[in-house]
Amino acid sequence: MGAFIVRRLLNYVVLVFIATSLAYLGAATAFHPKDQYLQKNPPTPAVVMYHELDERNGNPDKPVLERYVKWVDGVAHGDFGKTWQLDSVQKHFSISVWVTVRLVSVAAVLSAILGVLIGSFQAVRQYKLSDHSITFASYLIFAMPVFVLAPFLKLIAVQVNKAVGGDTPLLQYQGEIDPNATGFFGQLFSRADHLLLPTISLSLGLIAFYSRYQRGTMLDVMGSDFLRTARAKGLRKGRAILKHGVRTAVIPVMTLVTYSTITTFAGAIITERVFGWNGLGSWFTDATRHADVNSVAMITLFSAVLVLIAGMLSDVITAVLDPRVRL
Amino acid sequence: MSQNDHLLIADPAGRPGPGSARTGAPVLSVQDLHVTFASEAGDVRAVRGVSYDLHPGEVLGIVGESGSGKSVSSMAILGLLPDNAKVTGSVKLEGRELLGLSDKAMSKVRGKDIAMVFQDPLSALTPVFTVGDQIVEALTVHQDLGKEAARKRALDLLDVVGIPDPQRRFKNFPHEFSGGMRQRVMIAMAIANDPKVILCDEPTTALDVTIQAQILEALKNAQELTGAAILMITHDLGVVAGFADKVTVMYAGRPVEQGAVDEIYYRPRMPYTIGLLGSIPRLDESGEHGRRPLTPIEGNPPSMVDLPDACPFVARCPIAVDACRASEPELLPAGPNSHPSACHRRADLESGTIPVDQVYPMPEIPEAALDTVPRAQRETVLEVKGLQKHFPLLRGAVFKRRVGTVKAVDGISFDIREGETLGLVGESGCGKTTTLLEILELVAPQAGSVAVFGREAANLSGRERMEMRKDIQIVFQDPMASLDPRMPVGDAIAEPLRTHGWSADKAQARVAELLKLVGLEPYHATRFPREFSGGQRQRICVARALALNPKVVILDEPVSALDVSIQAGVINLLDELRAKLGLSYLFVAHDLSVVRHIADRVAVMYLGRIVEIGDVASVFHAPSHPYTQALLSAIPLPDPHKERERTRILLPGDLPSPANVPSGCRFRDRCFKYASLSEAEQKKCRDEDPTVVARPGREDHATACHFAGALEVV
Amino acid sequence: MSIPIIDSGQTPDVLGDGPAVSVQSGRARLVWRRFRRNKLAMVGLVGLVLLFVFAFTGGHLTHWSPAENDFVNTQSAPSSDHLFGTDDAGHDMFAQTVSGMQKSLIIGLLVAALSTGTAGILGTAAAYFGGWWDKAIVWFTDLFLVVPSLLMLIILSPYFQGTNWIILVPMIALFNWMITSRVVRGMTLTVREREFVRAARYMGVPSWTIIRRHILPNISSILIVDFTLNVGAAIITESFLSFLGFGIRTPDVSLGTVIDDGSNFASTDQWYLFAFPAAFLVLIILCVNFIGDGLRDALDPNSTGGSAR
Repeated sequence: MGAFIVRRLLNYVVLVFIATSLAYLGAATAFHPKDQYLQKNPPTPAVVMYHELDERNGNPDKPVLERYVKWVDGVAHGDFGKTWQLDSVQKHFSISVWVTVRLVSVAAVLSAILGVLIGSFQAVRQYKLSDHSITFASYLIFAMPVFVLAPFLKLIAVQVNKAVGGDTPLLQYQGEIDPNATGFFGQLFSRADHLLLPTISLSLGLIAFYSRYQRGTMLDVMGSDFLRTARAKGLRKGRAILKHGVRTAVIPVMTLVTYSTITTFAGAIITERVFGWNGLGSWFTDATRHADVNSVAMITLFSAVLVLIAGMLSDVITAVLDPRVRL
Repeated sequence: MSQNDHLLIADPAGRPGPGSARTGAPVLSVQDLHVTFASEAGDVRAVRGVSYDLHPGEVLGIVGESGSGKSVSSMAILGLLPDNAKVTGSVKLEGRELLGLSDKAMSKVRGKDIAMVFQDPLSALTPVFTVGDQIVEALTVHQDLGKEAARKRALDLLDVVGIPDPQRRFKNFPHEFSGGMRQRVMIAMAIANDPKVILCDEPTTALDVTIQAQILEALKNAQELTGAAILMITHDLGVVAGFADKVTVMYAGRPVEQGAVDEIYYRPRMPYTIGLLGSIPRLDESGEHGRRPLTPIEGNPPSMVDLPDACPFVARCPIAVDACRASEPELLPAGPNSHPSACHRRADLESGTIPVDQVYPMPEIPEAALDTVPRAQRETVLEVKGLQKHFPLLRGAVFKRRVGTVKAVDGISFDIREGETLGLVGESGCGKTTTLLEILELVAPQAGSVAVFGREAANLSGRERMEMRKDIQIVFQDPMASLDPRMPVGDAIAEPLRTHGWSADKAQARVAELLKLVGLEPYHATRFPREFSGGQRQRICVARALALNPKVVILDEPVSALDVSIQAGVINLLDELRAKLGLSYLFVAHDLSVVRHIADRVAVMYLGRIVEIGDVASVFHAPSHPYTQALLSAIPLPDPHKERERTRILLPGDLPSPANVPSGCRFRDRCFKYASLSEAEQKKCRDEDPTVVARPGREDHATACHFAGALEVV
Repeated sequence: MSIPIIDSGQTPDVLGDGPAVSVQSGRARLVWRRFRRNKLAMVGLVGLVLLFVFAFTGGHLTHWSPAENDFVNTQSAPSSDHLFGTDDAGHDMFAQTVSGMQKSLIIGLLVAALSTGTAGILGTAAAYFGGWWDKAIVWFTDLFLVVPSLLMLIILSPYFQGTNWIILVPMIALFNWMITSRVVRGMTLTVREREFVRAARYMGVPSWTIIRRHILPNISSILIVDFTLNVGAAIITESFLSFLGFGIRTPDVSLGTVIDDGSNFASTDQWYLFAFPAAFLVLIILCVNFIGDGLRDALDPNSTGGSAR
């Protein structure tokens, strides 16, 4: 068994390495950090520029492969290089990643619970009005990408605030917290207020996705032989569905939920941008605009690792929930 | 093993004869039951007027082919049909009307008074709960039992139905049980609350024949213990013959004949019943050579939408008259001493004006020219020597790893001569299908050799292998799966021709010829597989296999997916083609009756080995390997008298897995003979792997048993 | 439903009742009938046709061209001259939306065709040939799944700056084939074991012929459905990139750039600058998804209409 774990992990390390290298090499050839300096007004003195470019391991006069080798060597020693502002990438990462975690945690948990509940409810009431309405709503949400949904939520918030009036707007849509908020509860409220719209923006799609899936697996289970057996034993319909149905139908959905939840932490580019959170997503787009190869490679590495952890963890969850599956 | 020991040799008595019809109040009374499903095509009248009484302790067999409405009627009794079903009539349990009860009220009846055993034990248990918990649930739903009391009772039940080591098995999940074991669990749940009626819907259809024998025995025990009445729904006339007191034959949603079991089997009064009985190949066929041709029922059952007012069987009935087209016959006795049947000509059948055995014309099967040539002088068309196929056994979803070896085929040898049929029989997992596929690959096997017409497959070039494919063709089990649903059947039949370079015109002419050969019409070539019935599809597959004039045709369970009445026609066709075209067959089947009927020689497989091989007469009349004996004895005969007199050898335990082959003789841990041997003899079975050796004094009969001895079991 | 209900479509004895009807059209007709019965699917189909017509003829409803600036009317409300109003540079939002729709629709169709085709070939080849082929393709697929595709597209965006916008098609397709390929591989593994494929192999039919003749037609339903849903996904990806400024750039417009442009006004009184293009994007995706789900139900006889993706 041990050997198999080692082999699989080794394959993972290779995949992550290749993915990150592709990102580095892609960025290193596509980005032109030197141009950024040249376009500055007033122009940066050449000495400073080359010094900074070298500092960032981004001197275009050096061959890409040489820079790549240097970067790999640094990463192997725990040094991910410098950002375009000449900060340490690790430091920037450790700040941004927590912003993202604060942003998506609530949404991830909330959507998993609501998705499963709504989906099961729909399956039991298949083809009833409530099922049709929820189905239609999910279609609408699927058709609404985040870059439409997020500004749309903002639009609603503005109108609501306008209608309510008052000195401070009721619904906040910019940043993490009001810098003027004081006291523990004041800060907590401000945080929650700022989190409301981004959470909706992140959750709606996930809820629609999970509930569709749960509805499907639940419908399969509704026609299953073992549910018929449970009823032939004398269990009433509702109890048979709850005890034997939902428990079985939730297994494949939990796999999906685990996977999506983990990968959500890789960043929420649009939501962060629209609602002004400085998390991984914002960092990534900023880094691209500033031709910052090191930051881009770091975020790619993180997100590749998350994908693999998500894959592995969803397998483990399945094995835990389903006695038929062995690790 | 406590329970299995006494199951070893079943007691043929203990079953009241057919004369003992119960009197008194019926426990379950079904009157004029109708079930209609709303569907896109219109109302499907699945059940059209079923009535019967079931007395305590009685067994009623309901026999019918797929679509006859037999299962739907039983689900209607339990109130478990989907919402689009409309049920009318009356179902009374001890005088209390059940139809129309609320789900709440019915829940108190289900599992308590009426219990059910379903067909497919694989899917009938909830996969995520332990077997023990599911039995406990069946108990606590209806009884006010403490946790410990329920557990004890569940353990008792597991023991009663013959599950060894109940303490340990209690905690297992369904997937850790074999099919037979799961069916025992279903029976345990069914008898948990001492029901008055047990409904069994094809309880043994998905099981192997030796396991079927075990389960039927467990059901009998369960009935004796609870005194329940049993409603046995099945398509297998053999199972009913030995098990039921009364029989109802259903066709197109209606009972067409009803009566005591002997009445139905020995004095059938409805051409459908007569046809069914005449179309089953029988293990107890007599005569060394005079094969009784089977009498197939032509045509297919009618669609259940918009049935006209006529006998639904009229289109398939050889003795139909105008009256049969004018109105649907009622279920009435044919005479004063007769049982009810639904046939306008029942009086003629009763009086003997139409002799029952002449209702169906006896088909003519031509004699093959080669039949008179002694076997030794015929050419060998296929020779397999020491063939072996092992698979790695993988486990784990996250960390896939090899944990062992599946010895699917572990060194088997046989040969087939020109014009000969070799039947290869065995239960699931014995390696018979793997054997076929290995032969058809026409490459060097892992070990051993495959030779067609004396040419080693291992030494062929690509071109030669392509050439050889012309000579060896296959017909698969499931005619639905073996035709591409998106290809007209003419193209499907032409595919081998086109692949081997025939021109379109020539191929088209050949397709027409082939369709006629298998009893279809040339204009069928443009139609799609789904427009044909199962039997017709199988004929198309046969036509495709014969397209290139092969010498050997490999038949993988060619009739097991078909209803009995359809089966017979395909078997006769295969028989006829063999004689006409001088073909050789390798006929793989789990049904020994079919093999008995069609094969010249038979090889019995167990766990990747051939344990007995020889000509059909020798193997069936004097089986010498204990496994063959048990296998033959497990097959129920469609003959109530014989069934009641037979002694059945019940094998203990499950089919072992080819991943875990015992040392020495691989059959020893289930062998009833082994148990009666001395210590020294047992040691031999444990240590020495027996080889296939010729039976002394027999021309064509060999077996792989250290202590082989003939025993008549049929 | 595993309750043994008799098969309502039980093969009636069709034989002997005259010459055969053309069944190919019969199957197509059956699918069409099932599709037509699905109200949402029909709404989707009619809607999408109308949207196409609008995207390619709507430009005639205004004399403004997308790149033109009306400096007299900047940030104007919808009027008879500017149906959807103008942005701060005086661009006519109607002309921009129509032109953006054209580009988005074309990109969606082309990307879907390319990625579904790639997925079909790689997926069937991996499953049918097995062995090292399978291992290599699966590994390759895994690699592309591990590489965060949107991030990669953004990283590579400087490459297609200033070039023809059509380069976006292969770029998006490159990161869009993996899931379909996995599904196709899974289905092929099943179809490959089906007996008609075995029969063909034992007849000596060459592998690629088997894939073309037996396997692809039998997984065509999943390919058709995936193609449809990929159209929606591709339009979203393209708009996403353009919204962030990494996709289509001026002077070209796509729905993404127009929405990005408008989204700055979402929290102002000129919210309609955002609402119009956004509504059209939502409509397109909605119609495409309705059609995709309708097709899935119509093509798959076992579908209950509730299956998730």
